[in-house]
Amino acid sequence: MLSERDGAEMIVAEQKPLEEIRKLIAPYDRVLLLGCGTCVTVCFAGGEKEVGVLAAALRMAERIDGRDVMVSELTIHRQCEPEFVGEVRDKLGDAQAVLSLGCGVGVQAVAAALPGVRVLPGLNTKFMGETVEPGFWREACLGCGNCVLDLTGGICPIARCSKSLLNGPCGGSEGGRCEISKDVECAWQLIYDRLSQLGRLDLMEEIIPLKDWSTAHAGGPRKIVRPDLAKLT
Amino acid sequence: MLAGSNLERLLESGQFVVTAELGPPKGTNQKVVARKAEQLRSCCDAVNVTDNQTAIVRMSSLSVCILLKQIGLEPVMQITCRDRNRLAIQADVLGAVGFGIHNFLCLSGDHQKFGNHPTAKNVFDLDSIQLVQTLVGMRDKKKFASGDDFNGEAPVYVGAAANPFADPFEFRVIRLSKKVKAGASFIQTQPVFDVERFARWMEMVRQRGLDQQTHILAGITPIKSAGMARYMRDNVAGVGIPDSVVARIEQAADVKEEGVKIALEAIEEVRKMPGVHGIHIMAVGWEDIVPVIVEKAGLMPRPAVSAKQ
Repeated sequence: MLSERDGAEMIVAEQKPLEEIRKLIAPYDRVLLLGCGTCVTVCFAGGEKEVGVLAAALRMAERIDGRDVMVSELTIHRQCEPEFVGEVRDKLGDAQAVLSLGCGVGVQAVAAALPGVRVLPGLNTKFMGETVEPGFWREACLGCGNCVLDLTGGICPIARCSKSLLNGPCGGSEGGRCEISKDVECAWQLIYDRLSQLGRLDLMEEIIPLKDWSTAHAGGPRKIVRPDLAKLT
Repeated sequence: MLAGSNLERLLESGQFVVTAELGPPKGTNQKVVARKAEQLRSCCDAVNVTDNQTAIVRMSSLSVCILLKQIGLEPVMQITCRDRNRLAIQADVLGAVGFGIHNFLCLSGDHQKFGNHPTAKNVFDLDSIQLVQTLVGMRDKKKFASGDDFNGEAPVYVGAAANPFADPFEFRVIRLSKKVKAGASFIQTQPVFDVERFARWMEMVRQRGLDQQTHILAGITPIKSAGMARYMRDNVAGVGIPDSVVARIEQAADVKEEGVKIALEAIEEVRKMPGVHGIHIMAVGWEDIVPVIVEKAGLMPRPAVSAKQ
């Protein structure tokens, strides 16, 4: 049976420290904490439950400091889609600021939908990643716009090698660990092991040529426009 | 001749070559460079200039190479992929060639985490193999990496590094073959402390015939102190310094003398190995020991430098 937390999330985030959040909301007396029901719910950073816990912590901390702050709570299905963000406008009430516990995309989409309202980030958005085990998430994709996973045994060297090397491993790979830390796996050792297992080490003999980074952020902010879908709406 | 440098001429003529590393100063004083250069002048055939080694900002590799050139030494300009993208690197190569610098060593570069700007953004637009390809393309096709033309020639002698002591061991020779395929004419290895592992790697190099396609220079680093030996063993990934070597240093009555002795033994061993065409001495911060090592190894005098360039 699936619980609400099950499923493969994409964007992994973590909450900013409470003191930082308190500084962000310090100018306001009435704040709406806005959760998001998708990625950040799955990674326990900004779902309905985290909104409740943070709201309680803020109310208590502000009360101890003698400040009377109204903290209201709302969690919507997805902050990154206009279809769901409309609900915030309806339920905003007299809040002067929204503290979004969505990812960076959510914060921006909510801000765009609420002209004249301060929308503040309550999370630090970390990466696109996978759940390795409960409580352990790992970066897996940098969104470079030109996938090479076919060449690297399904392990991404751009996201998982500290130097994004395409012809690794470098000379700092030791015992399967990266030179930057014994806590970091060497992506190219993983690629080597995987291709070895698949009998495809020949792929590692080929030079992967200079990468075209224009499909990544280096080419400027990216967008995808699908006229075929636009017509449907 | 690909580039006509002294290093290329010596390697192509089958001589056993000696190169040494010079670490640029962490400051603006050119006299420091000149002083180190004088220590190396008569005992090596070319001087390697590091490029923000261990990610610590220092006088740039290009400027120190120009300085060496001006005082009559042959530089090998190291280029890492960490700090500059393909535009900046190719611009530096054009400038270097303009100043008569013809030897280049292509490296990935240590991660900035180890240096004095750990919060910096790294570049890694290219990796070291792609960097070799880029420089070779500038020389052979007279084109930039993008395919665009430039004016003039880029006679560059391109080298790369190899680390037989990193993992996975079986892949190390594959990586070398990629560098050779990309066009690396010479290879400098990480320092040889584990002679037995180096010998096994050289055997794999010969099995693939790579020793016939590139010149391998074995890295030599004299150990100056027991602390340095332990630090390298425990904290620097991919160094492969055996406990037995650390123990020798720790137990030595005269640590520096023992360090030199270990270096000389390594030189003696690698010279016997077919396919090793020279040594590259990395005594950064201990440059004055280099002439002593070269002399004691029986590698003096060095062949006269031809005036022709």
